[in-house]
Amino acid sequence: MNLAGYFARNSSQILQATGEHIWLSGISMVLAVLIGVPLGMLVARRPWTSKPILGTANIAETIPSLALFGFLLPLPWLGARGDRIAIAALTVYALLPIIRNTAAGITSVDPAVREAARGMGMTEGQILRRVEMPLALPTILAGVRVATVWTIGIATIAAAVGAGGLGEYIFRGLAMVDNDVILAGAIPAAALAIIADILFGLLERHMRPERRRAKPQPAGRPRGGLGSGAGIAAAVVLLAMLTCTGLAGCGSGGKDTIVVGSKNFPEQALLGEILAQEIEAHTHLHVERKFYLAGTFICQQAMLAGRIDTYVEYTGTALTAILKDPIEQNSQSVFDKVRQQYQQRFHFTVLPSLGFNNTFAIVIRGPDARRLDLQTISQAAKYTPKWIAGFGYEFMGRPDGYTGLVKTYGLKFAGPPKILDLGLLYRALLDREVDLVAGNSTDGLLSARDLTVLADDKHYFPPYQAVPIVRDQTLARHPELRAAIDALAGKISDAQMQKMNYEVVGQHRDISQVAREFLRANGLG
Amino acid sequence: MTSPDAPPRASVPPSGNSVIEFRGVHYRAPTGYTVLNHFDLRIESGETMVLFGRSGAGKTTALKLINRLLEPTAGEVRVDDRATAEWDAISLRRHIGYVIQETGLFPHYTVEQNVSVTPRLESWPRPRIRRRAEELLALVGLDAGAFLGRYPHELSGGQRQRVGLARALAADPPILLMDEPFGALDPLTRMEVRREFQQLQTRLRKTIVIVTHDVAEAVELGTRIALMEAGELRSIHSAKEFLRSDEPIAAAYVAQIRGLAPNGIEGGAQTPNTPDEADRAGNPGPSGRSRS
Repeated sequence: MNLAGYFARNSSQILQATGEHIWLSGISMVLAVLIGVPLGMLVARRPWTSKPILGTANIAETIPSLALFGFLLPLPWLGARGDRIAIAALTVYALLPIIRNTAAGITSVDPAVREAARGMGMTEGQILRRVEMPLALPTILAGVRVATVWTIGIATIAAAVGAGGLGEYIFRGLAMVDNDVILAGAIPAAALAIIADILFGLLERHMRPERRRAKPQPAGRPRGGLGSGAGIAAAVVLLAMLTCTGLAGCGSGGKDTIVVGSKNFPEQALLGEILAQEIEAHTHLHVERKFYLAGTFICQQAMLAGRIDTYVEYTGTALTAILKDPIEQNSQSVFDKVRQQYQQRFHFTVLPSLGFNNTFAIVIRGPDARRLDLQTISQAAKYTPKWIAGFGYEFMGRPDGYTGLVKTYGLKFAGPPKILDLGLLYRALLDREVDLVAGNSTDGLLSARDLTVLADDKHYFPPYQAVPIVRDQTLARHPELRAAIDALAGKISDAQMQKMNYEVVGQHRDISQVAREFLRANGLG
Repeated sequence: MTSPDAPPRASVPPSGNSVIEFRGVHYRAPTGYTVLNHFDLRIESGETMVLFGRSGAGKTTALKLINRLLEPTAGEVRVDDRATAEWDAISLRRHIGYVIQETGLFPHYTVEQNVSVTPRLESWPRPRIRRRAEELLALVGLDAGAFLGRYPHELSGGQRQRVGLARALAADPPILLMDEPFGALDPLTRMEVRREFQQLQTRLRKTIVIVTHDVAEAVELGTRIALMEAGELRSIHSAKEFLRSDEPIAAAYVAQIRGLAPNGIEGGAQTPNTPDEADRAGNPGPSGRSRS
């Protein structure tokens, strides 16, 4: 694909993303200035506040952006929308240079000037407004300039929480392993950074009376802003590229190397590890692990591009997310359909299921289940009007999620469902904040706590059997792979998967060790 | 900001009636070091009192106690017969002009804006502020047309000092405090600015307190000289008495300038009009900007 052509075809969307990007960065900068400048003044006025304030800002700066998003996600109002999270995070990142420069600008005001101002009978407020702030302004502006360029760069990450902006192209490009798409996001972002840098540079020059009036600028100096801008732009593009190659990998190693992939959650890493150890035990192939790929789509693209050779997918996900077919309830027919379509369309072989079904599970507290004698969702429908439900974002949005569930079973709740992060669902249930949650049938806590999974007696949830998928080309080159992986067929039950998940998530045990113990206990590996 | 204690400056008669009095003043620095000890001193209305002594004698501290940039640890400083602690600090300071060695001119303000700071704080009407700025520059011997629009960094040291003085005089305060006002100037400029100030002094008849460690300056400008030593007042002399004093420290200082200026300091102090008057910084003529 050609870059100019891509820009031309998508100009209106790119323009819109640019607008979103400016909006995100702009709001964040306004907030950061509104918060940072007063904090900077405080630091300048009360030196003892310097350590706590600058120290906190410094630490906040070092939190990786995705981790910061993770911290913000569970917060009540903030976490409810992607753009709020993104703006909060960007504001936090922009604070440090603004606070630091405001404080530095004020404290660097000549003590004689401050003394003269006091001696003339200016109040503290007048000294701040008429003397210190105007004199500190160029320094503050330099801080805002750095923070702005910085924010425009980091704002690309906002797409990770669905806040839009040019980062969407970068993420999409990463997922599709397509540099043109990445550049469609990276180039306008870099351009924005340069423009902001130049504008602030001009403003800064305008602010310094000595510069404006005294000596003319030596030749070449006025272009300084551009120089640093270009450097920033190069850094932004480079960063995008590096992330790209780092994330999707640079192709598999040697001829006898098998690359095993996994998605970015513990069960997937466990399955990847089990697959990898099984292959290592039964073939002479060298196994490379590329775990924690960012989601289904990236795994699929990495398979297509030959960057990974095999990973474990769930049949329901393959059917709806990859093949874009409607939901079906019959597990055998879903499996057959996925196997046939994968073969035909992608030349991937779908191997027999590992045994367990990681579908949605409607979960209530064990005591409630026993007291009311509940085994199925149908039985529970009678009680739900007095209950509060807790669901994850994904469950609310998916075609096989909330809407259909409520319709199928005629469920009514005491209020609108609480939208919770997946990690918090069970805590909320055990703390009696909610009475019913939709978890996953292999969640580790199900094996460790007194919780009851209500049977899906109307077979509403589609099957999500775990199936290893291998590229045909790889199988042709290394036929011995099939036997090795096939040996795992039907070996992992729901309960076993729950237990392994609990060991990793609940007990923080090493994934490769948990995988090894499982293989040994089942006469494999 | 205008309180009943602070009548509009212009209404204060130029001769003023301002008396400053130190009564048993102690000042201990935050570090615990005693800077002023049992300090008693009365400065009469209309006189120029020089606080004289070596560095660390407590001169600047005494000065800052007058406009309440510092507060006494014990005792009291009285201005116009009221303890400074009873004054509102802001109205007290606007009642008193303050000139420091580094001038403290606001670098982001033009000369006009700098000399207009106090009138603006006092909410004078605009045309009056403008008129006053021109008057003030004329008063300190600078050409308004050439200097009002300049920034401090475009001025020489002597010109800056003149603007600093003009700014302190802006609202015609009855009291003027000067902390080594000519200390940062080269010797020739210093002498010249000092002479001009001397002429101003006789015209304005303000109560003035000057801090210096320069003997020539002390005897030339002071009505009386308060000799300070290690935070205590040693003696008070008129300028003439000081030159003849047999007090050992005073004598040592005087011997020093007699050595430097064999013609005798009195001669120098009594010749107000010297040829270098033509080289006033305010002169817009071709030679006007030649000074560094």
